[in-house]
Amino acid sequence: MTTSDNPAVRARRAVLHVVSIAIGSLIVVPVGFGVLGGFKDNGQLSTNPLGWPDPWHPENYTGILADGVFWRQLANSTIIALATVAVVVAASAMAAFVFARFAFRGRELLFTLFAIGLMFPFAVAILPLFILLRSMELLDNPLGVILPQAAFGLPTTIIILRQFFRTIPAEVEEAATLDGCTPFGFFWRVLLPMARPALATVSVLAIVASWNNFFLPLVVFTDQTWWTLPVGVQAFQGQYADDTARVLAYVVLSMIPALGFYAIAERQLIGGLAGSVKG
Amino acid sequence: MTPSTITGQRTDDAATELLAADPAATQQRGRRARPRPLRRLGTIALFLAPALVLFLLLVITPIVVAGYASMYKWNGFGLPENFVGIDNFTRAFEDPTFLGDLWRAFVLIGLSLLIQLPVSLGLAMLLNQKLKGRGIYRVIFFAPYVLSEVTTAVLFTLVFSPNRGLGDTLSKWLGAEAGAIFADPDTVLFALFLVISWKYFGFHMILYLAGRQNIPQELTEAATTDGASAWQVFRHVTLPLLGPTIRISVFLSVIGSIQLFDMVWVLTGGGPIHASETMAVTMFDRGFRRFEVGYASAISIIMFMLSFVFALFYQRFVLRRDTEGAITNRGVQR
Repeated sequence: MTTSDNPAVRARRAVLHVVSIAIGSLIVVPVGFGVLGGFKDNGQLSTNPLGWPDPWHPENYTGILADGVFWRQLANSTIIALATVAVVVAASAMAAFVFARFAFRGRELLFTLFAIGLMFPFAVAILPLFILLRSMELLDNPLGVILPQAAFGLPTTIIILRQFFRTIPAEVEEAATLDGCTPFGFFWRVLLPMARPALATVSVLAIVASWNNFFLPLVVFTDQTWWTLPVGVQAFQGQYADDTARVLAYVVLSMIPALGFYAIAERQLIGGLAGSVKG
Repeated sequence: MTPSTITGQRTDDAATELLAADPAATQQRGRRARPRPLRRLGTIALFLAPALVLFLLLVITPIVVAGYASMYKWNGFGLPENFVGIDNFTRAFEDPTFLGDLWRAFVLIGLSLLIQLPVSLGLAMLLNQKLKGRGIYRVIFFAPYVLSEVTTAVLFTLVFSPNRGLGDTLSKWLGAEAGAIFADPDTVLFALFLVISWKYFGFHMILYLAGRQNIPQELTEAATTDGASAWQVFRHVTLPLLGPTIRISVFLSVIGSIQLFDMVWVLTGGGPIHASETMAVTMFDRGFRRFEVGYASAISIIMFMLSFVFALFYQRFVLRRDTEGAITNRGVQR
């Protein structure tokens, strides 16, 4: 780039940086307020909301970490997310395989049926879903959250996977068939391994969706032992309404797994969202 | 319910075809293309079954149950007996809270489309420039998307808290009474919108960024060589080619606004005096707290119809060319 020394270009770049940093700080400041606030006591929070903690009070964090409740909610969120992913990816991969590689009457109609699912707000189904789960005795049962989450995750997952499965050339399938592969053998031994990036992507999307779900666990779990982190955070806020510093510490701790996961899976997550709208 | 009945019927056809595996009907078509249509149908049915069962049982059935319950005055226990026809619906459209919900949904949709999405688009264009550290900006801008709405809402409750947060300072900036941005009926909806934008602008930005990167560089370069200004390139090359991405992002934004719950429930509970209440919050309150399940179901059905009708029209008139392109010319990048 020969133009990089051009003053006009440099000035423009400086402006871009200033704008980016300004927006970035809008994101970092509230989170930073939470992180530092967790190290303050409530007196410091009212007199000195913006500054550094003085002195530092790690008790809020250590207290929460020493108590089993946070860890249990973390474990619940994890188990539910992993199980949801397993169910939704398995069912979607199989369906997407059929939609992508088989020609049969009614295929597009069936596919449209799933695609229509994209338009169902989850909130619409929550009340009848609750009644349905109650009659199936799945309340206070993790399956009562896992299965509906998986069901509502099907449309996106199927659409993304079908698109990916279609990009695998027909010659690959023909070659596999000539070598004696059954449809299942092709699916299992050729298609899925080739689709690993797409599978990773939909898994990451499903994990994030499950991890952040609040409405369903809120109505399904009256029993605290199964509470997930979002439900736990809300309850904690209610319980310690007067102890702002402590609630901040809980919020920050509940953010760490999500942000950590994001740090690991950033590429898949962003790639997945990008891929899903490629058309 | 005409549209869904139609799709329901068609699905039934397709499903029966699959399950019954009618050999006469399929052999004709199958024989020409591939041998052993029966085995193929078996495979198809087997592979589709798990997804189809889950979907029909846990996505479609609840909608049908809601439709049924919406015609009863029912507390949710036992079987609904007290048939009231469309009373629950007329009640909704006479209920000032629900009418307010509708109005607020339109306001939030308007704000999203007019402010949030253009800003996201602008930032995407910005981060598409050659800029040192743009990867870090991208990661930071997107980070709120991975936080749950509940975490975000609790954090912002405390950030804006008048006594121990940044409430006083921030509220003054935003022109509300000290610390009252979430307590003032005039500002609460806007405050809610700010928090929603905080969480979701990065999501839309990433969509646009990806769409932008799919545009072949030769096109923008050619335009620049022909003497087009940066704005002209954006207006006449980038923006039209971003069309499909923008249409998807608008769609997600509208559907998201219709079903908004978590954020509102935690941030304001719908208050003060219903000033931030959404349809889903009203539905939750009536259904799960006051056990007016029939009425709450009617609200669900209205939400459903709104999203469904919107989606149907959108699909037909706006998204159509995108999906057509996607299905017919696979692999062809536009």
